[in-house]
Amino acid sequence: MSARTATPLAPAGQAAGPDGVLVRLGTLFRTTAFKLSLAYLLVFAAFAFFALGYVAWNARRVLDDQIVSTIEAEINGLSDQYAAGGIRRLVSVVERRSREPGASLYLVTTPAGEHVVGNVETLPPGVLNEPGQTETTYGRSTDGDRVEHRAIVRIFTLPGGFRLLVGRDVEERDRLRAVIGRAFAWSLMLVVGLGFLGSWFIAQRVLKRVDHMTEITRSIMAGDLDGRLTLAGTGDELDRLASNLNAMLDRIGELMRGMREVSDNIAHDLKTPLTRLRNKADAALREGDDPESLRAALEANIEESDNLIRVFNALLMIARLEAGNAREGLADFDAGAVALEVGELYEAVAEERGVGLRTEIEDGLLLHGSRELIGQAMANLIDNALKYGQRPADPTVPPVVCVTARREDGAVLLAVADQGEGIPEADRGRVLERFVRLETARTRPGFGLGLSLVNAVARLHQGTFALEDNAPGLRAVLRLPAPAAREVQAPRETTA
Amino acid sequence: MSDMRLLIIEDDREASSYLSKAFREAGHVADTADDGLDGYALAREGAYDVLVVDRMLPKLDGLSLIRSLREQGVETPVLILSALGQVDDRVKGLKAGGDDYLPKPYAFSELMARIEVLARRRGGGAATEATSYRVGDLELDRLSHRVTRAGQEIPLQPREFRLLEYLMRHAGQVVTRTMLLEHVWDYHFDPQTNVIDVHVSRLRAKVDKGFERPMIHTVRGAGYMVRAGGEA
Repeated sequence: MSARTATPLAPAGQAAGPDGVLVRLGTLFRTTAFKLSLAYLLVFAAFAFFALGYVAWNARRVLDDQIVSTIEAEINGLSDQYAAGGIRRLVSVVERRSREPGASLYLVTTPAGEHVVGNVETLPPGVLNEPGQTETTYGRSTDGDRVEHRAIVRIFTLPGGFRLLVGRDVEERDRLRAVIGRAFAWSLMLVVGLGFLGSWFIAQRVLKRVDHMTEITRSIMAGDLDGRLTLAGTGDELDRLASNLNAMLDRIGELMRGMREVSDNIAHDLKTPLTRLRNKADAALREGDDPESLRAALEANIEESDNLIRVFNALLMIARLEAGNAREGLADFDAGAVALEVGELYEAVAEERGVGLRTEIEDGLLLHGSRELIGQAMANLIDNALKYGQRPADPTVPPVVCVTARREDGAVLLAVADQGEGIPEADRGRVLERFVRLETARTRPGFGLGLSLVNAVARLHQGTFALEDNAPGLRAVLRLPAPAAREVQAPRETTA
Repeated sequence: MSDMRLLIIEDDREASSYLSKAFREAGHVADTADDGLDGYALAREGAYDVLVVDRMLPKLDGLSLIRSLREQGVETPVLILSALGQVDDRVKGLKAGGDDYLPKPYAFSELMARIEVLARRRGGGAATEATSYRVGDLELDRLSHRVTRAGQEIPLQPREFRLLEYLMRHAGQVVTRTMLLEHVWDYHFDPQTNVIDVHVSRLRAKVDKGFERPMIHTVRGAGYMVRAGGEA
């Protein structure tokens, strides 16, 4: 590898050239799949080595044992013959046995070492002088050719100085050993080779899929937000990763769409009053010459700006509530008292508009949260009820807005009900979205943020906000979990 | 209250020059500082009536600045200006030692009204916590909860009493709608409709009806003021 990378003269940018291949190889070798496979291969090769070695060693031992016990049996037989008939008997038996096919090795020599009888013709010098078992080479002639073989032999000195050698040729055993050794080497080579190829294959397969994923993610990063990773359909970890990434992309896409929608809405809803503002200033400049009308125009402009600021603040507030970072500074407070106070705040306005404001409030409705936000939510709801709820079906009966605060199934229920036209069921979910204003409300002042804010406040308190049919009219209901019903409580603020 | 000495600590030069110009036009003296450290040094030395501190400042942020000043025993009232208008931000600001908190963007009239109240609190001291207030022929007794005008008792609802109490405590000063919502109802949100106006006009009907000279005046584009004499 180093020899190749040391060729700086190779033209750059040639992906198919040796450098490109090297880069590709480098990437391949660095993959987790390749490294893992290689590690497995090493472990497996070591295991195979020991297993085969053990088998070979055992086979050899068994063979050796067998040879030794054969020799033992021969010797027993010969010693019986010798006991029965002395050296002559022994010689004749040895002579007969040596000629049998597949015979063991025999040799009887004189005390001087001269050949008396037997099928062993030559021995390395000195072997006969050491009685006992030994492994040695020997020579014999088969079909006229002298061959050297290895054998395990046992040597005895008989009374009278004659020497007897009994042995077994171990050529078979050695051949077996060679066969096992070759098999051993071959299988190791095969294991390593195949393992390496396998790792290569797996790594390349994984790498290909990862490369594919990388490519798609790159294009997504480059702006193609609709791109999705393709699943191999195998349900493996890469597939799971890909499908999770896809789910994440879906969520991001959803958020982006939401953002775009909101910013489009903001653009629209802020542009309209901004244009109005600009036009008014423009008109005042062109027409109003006297200070009085200029002053009036400026005041109108300030009022319009204040409205813009209001929209902006409401938007920011909703955004912060939805981001969930208004969690600090939550404390226990009496929700009933809040409903009562806000109800009282609006009572004067209600009376001025000829609407009766009724409050039905239970005592001791403890909530953990933000008194300010719940107050604002109630204010928004009552404000809405006063705005849209004053056209009763029966004109002779004065309209009534009812503010309720009570316990319901361990939760605190805060509701504002009117007897107006209500909201068609199909639109009830929609009006909680930012800037959504129903056609019937277009002509009246407002920005379409009030209910979105209430919804965000409800979610911050882990509660729900629902619009229900008051038959006739609308009932806006906040259901908020009471502190005892909640398991985890934020640390309480200790401000007085 | 005129002739206040104000220090504006704000890194947005345009905003700070707009403020100092407006303050000078209103007859006050206004110094400016561009960052937290300069502001801290000036605030420690100078005898200011009110400090107007932006929350996000270079070198030393607004809240740390206020905390340091308080630790050094500087008790000048502080009004915090902040782009962060949430409830918990307000709580943090007041905990750090701020006296009032105004989220950006704000109306100058709102800022001015609040600064005057702060300056008065510093100047007036114990007098503002008196047991009774008197403006012209209008009298309010905080202990007996009685309100009389020209010796004639005016029956008020508890909330109306607190409304008048706050207005009279700051007699001669502009009190904005948000200030009323904050101090009389203890809520800090934006009163969307004219809820406060309706309450004030009810109060006005009780206090001013049948009298030649009104006590409760509407200050256009700003709020209300209780003042003896003058036209409506």
